[in-house]
Amino acid sequence: MDNDWDLYEVFVRSKRGLSHKHCGSVHAADSKMAIENARDLYTRRSEGESIWVIRAADITASDPAEGDALFGPAADKVYRHPTFYEIPDEVGKM
Amino acid sequence: MNIYRDESNPLFQYVVGLGDDALILGHRWSEWLSKGPNLELDIAASNLALDLIGQANLLLEYAAEVEGAGRSADDLAYLRDTQDFRCHWLCEQPNEDWGVTIARMLMFSTYQYLRYSALMQSTDRQLAEIAAKALKEVTYHRRFAAEWTVRLAQGTDEGHRRVQNGFNILWRFVPELFETSGGERTLANDGIAVASDSLEADWRETMDEVMTKAGVSAPETSGRVMASRHNGHHSEHLGHLLCEMQFLQRAYPKASGATW
Repeated sequence: MDNDWDLYEVFVRSKRGLSHKHCGSVHAADSKMAIENARDLYTRRSEGESIWVIRAADITASDPAEGDALFGPAADKVYRHPTFYEIPDEVGKM
Repeated sequence: MNIYRDESNPLFQYVVGLGDDALILGHRWSEWLSKGPNLELDIAASNLALDLIGQANLLLEYAAEVEGAGRSADDLAYLRDTQDFRCHWLCEQPNEDWGVTIARMLMFSTYQYLRYSALMQSTDRQLAEIAAKALKEVTYHRRFAAEWTVRLAQGTDEGHRRVQNGFNILWRFVPELFETSGGERTLANDGIAVASDSLEADWRETMDEVMTKAGVSAPETSGRVMASRHNGHHSEHLGHLLCEMQFLQRAYPKASGATW
């Protein structure tokens, strides 16, 4: 039976104002069932107030073999990090 | 002759009825544990069971307090016999298969939703507060059952056959849902309880909405109440359920309470 069900990736937002974070995956026959299964598995101890689910097959991921080409060039460009600025206290945590 | 007159302590009988519905249906859901096709559904079933048994706990605690006879919620759950239970026949019917289980859950969670909604206005503050808490859970139960009803009925021929079979088997227990005892009527007139018959029109309308969407139908039934929970009459299934549910407490009474 499991073979007929899609795998869904689950994203839970723990509090209003924060972003949804990936927390795991569930099997489900459709997206509504995926929300319910995710609700039962990942929020039963008040861990969240919003859930996103997406079929794992619908996610396009970067290829680890291309890691150097995609991410390597950023390694030596320290000037892209805004570490040379003084941040005024009133801005708070960034 | 009505030998289990709820007129003697109508509030106790009424609250026990609310608690027993939750307890027995919760136990039925617990029977699904470890039988789900996957982890996800097993946990879904256990959450439903826990919600309902939690409601039963609050309600039976309150019933014990109303009775004032020194009994606890556990005494009420584990040391009463079938004729002292006040749950609906619908709750005690066997799970059979997922189609029957889902049909029953749609029927009964819709009923509980309407009953708790109305009970939130009760002049009895404790009942109103328990109803407010339970309503959130039951709102989810109804959604779960409605989606599964549509999913089964619209999915495959076998799914449709099984959920339709559920309604075919269980529809004869519908009239009992709306049977209103004398004690309940008196309490309802005082703004404490909800008269069961006041829920019928909304229940039928809501059920019709989901069943039409799913493409399933209610079978023809006689519309008669077969026997009354208000008098402690039950189907044979309740006795078998209690055998299992009450076994530990009755076989090892000393194992209860602090010595666990």
